[in-house]
Amino acid sequence: MTVDLAVDLGFLKLRNPVLAASGTFGYGTEFAPFLDLSSLGGIVVKGLYYGPREGNPPPRLVETASGLLNAIGLQGIGVEAFAAEILPELRRRGAEVWVNVCGEDEDEYLRVISFLDGLDGIAAYELNISCPNVRRNGLCPALRPDWTYDLVRAAKERSRRPLVAKLSPNVTDIVEIARAAERAGADGLSLVNTFLAMAVDPETRRPRLGNVFGGLSGPAIKPIALRMVYQAASAVRVPVIGMGGIMSGRDAVEFLIAGARAVEVGTANFVDPAAAARIVREIEAFCREKGIARVSDLVGTITI
Amino acid sequence: MPYAVKIPIVRKQSWGDYHLFRFQAPEMAAAARPGQFVMIRPGESTAPLLRRPISIHGRDRGALEIFFQVAGEGTALLARRKAGDTFDVLGPLGRGFDLDAPLDGKTACLLGGGRGIAPLYFLALELADRGALVKVLYGGRTADDLPVRDRFEEAGLELACSTDDGSFGFPGLVTGLLETEIPVRRPDFLFVCGPDPMMKAAAGLASRFRIPAQISLESVMGCGFGACWGCVRRIKRAGAEAWRKICEDGPVFPAEDIVWEGWK
Repeated sequence: MTVDLAVDLGFLKLRNPVLAASGTFGYGTEFAPFLDLSSLGGIVVKGLYYGPREGNPPPRLVETASGLLNAIGLQGIGVEAFAAEILPELRRRGAEVWVNVCGEDEDEYLRVISFLDGLDGIAAYELNISCPNVRRNGLCPALRPDWTYDLVRAAKERSRRPLVAKLSPNVTDIVEIARAAERAGADGLSLVNTFLAMAVDPETRRPRLGNVFGGLSGPAIKPIALRMVYQAASAVRVPVIGMGGIMSGRDAVEFLIAGARAVEVGTANFVDPAAAARIVREIEAFCREKGIARVSDLVGTITI
Repeated sequence: MPYAVKIPIVRKQSWGDYHLFRFQAPEMAAAARPGQFVMIRPGESTAPLLRRPISIHGRDRGALEIFFQVAGEGTALLARRKAGDTFDVLGPLGRGFDLDAPLDGKTACLLGGGRGIAPLYFLALELADRGALVKVLYGGRTADDLPVRDRFEEAGLELACSTDDGSFGFPGLVTGLLETEIPVRRPDFLFVCGPDPMMKAAAGLASRFRIPAQISLESVMGCGFGACWGCVRRIKRAGAEAWRKICEDGPVFPAEDIVWEGWK
């Protein structure tokens, strides 16, 4: 039995529902020794500001119970170096490229989009309105519906490409934020970004991260991510891309059943650099085992 | 080119908290260079979640050796593996030591502190192979922290030891031993791996005596191959400071490029 792995996001058709999550997949080229980049539904490259960015002082990583706490601070090379050094190689390798778009302020988000709009070989933008590690106390636009609406609307008006808003889980009501993004014209939503968290060293009585706070990812967050993906997918009509602690095909299937049209694989890429490709195969095996002809038939099939 | 393999441990040796594993991995062994490392999954489950970076200690035809000290939960779990157990290894990773300079007839001093000795055995053999005169200085807190000292001697490499408590060899820090060694040996090159304060002191001596030195840094790592940007240190190149990845730009850096303070 052949399984049809393609999924239709409305604004874009994916060869399969597995994307590599921004911030966990470098610029994509780092993974070329380990997997065929063209075998994934897409890769969302590390968040880009307009120029190079310095990032946070170390320590930037702390491992927690089945989780990873990071405070990288979006260190990166900026759009010009991405266009010159990275994008041509990704295109040569047949990757479906999404760019995670960052900005210090609205103006910078729009400048990044305008620059990228001038390049060929990008499928979509993921608007990063939810990084917890770049402003004090984890502040980001995705914490409030009005900020979310204003930024998504401005970005959507500027962009010639589909735009997915990446939402933060650090909110009281994810539905309110999801609806604001949809109302502002987002073509889709991706969630969840990392949970604002911290770790303390009892010996030194100091925070373990240089940035004090960081973002928690990995299997530890999966149940909360699933709940939020379910809530958001139930409340909006645009497609939802689910993520948070996906380590296996079965984990991915849980998100699809909860309502996600596609998934992003994040922290798993560090542990197993071939994880995203493995998860595609495991989803396929799951469908075959259950006699499911099209992976899209799983989406939103949860029975309450 | 790194390889990901699941292979059995063919030999294990242990000395208290210190462990040496040997495994057959012909492609990985052929690609390995001194100063490179591998990323190893400590267990099968998600706790601990991440791989652990471990130095490549030696190479013998198609086999590789790693040497590590239990430093936390992950390495403790790894240390419980026995010969015959399969483990999951990714490597070789990192840039390793720069051995482009002519080495024939040159004197190289290798300075290892504690588990920092790990990459220096592989390096010492490679340097000796290329005609360098190698002197290894190996320091530990006590005599028990010098478990692989016999290996150097068995390989015919010249070795001097130091212990902080004076229980074996030179009493004091290994950098103290280096200070006595420099006027006698006049080394052309220094290669250093150990705890941060020791490496900083060694960098100070290298600068004072104008000896080119390479230092191998250690860090917690998320991936080991440049994707997570989690293992950075402050590095100065061409006058400009930046956070550079230990896994990809290092782990070995020229001593003069490492910014030791002023950024914390």
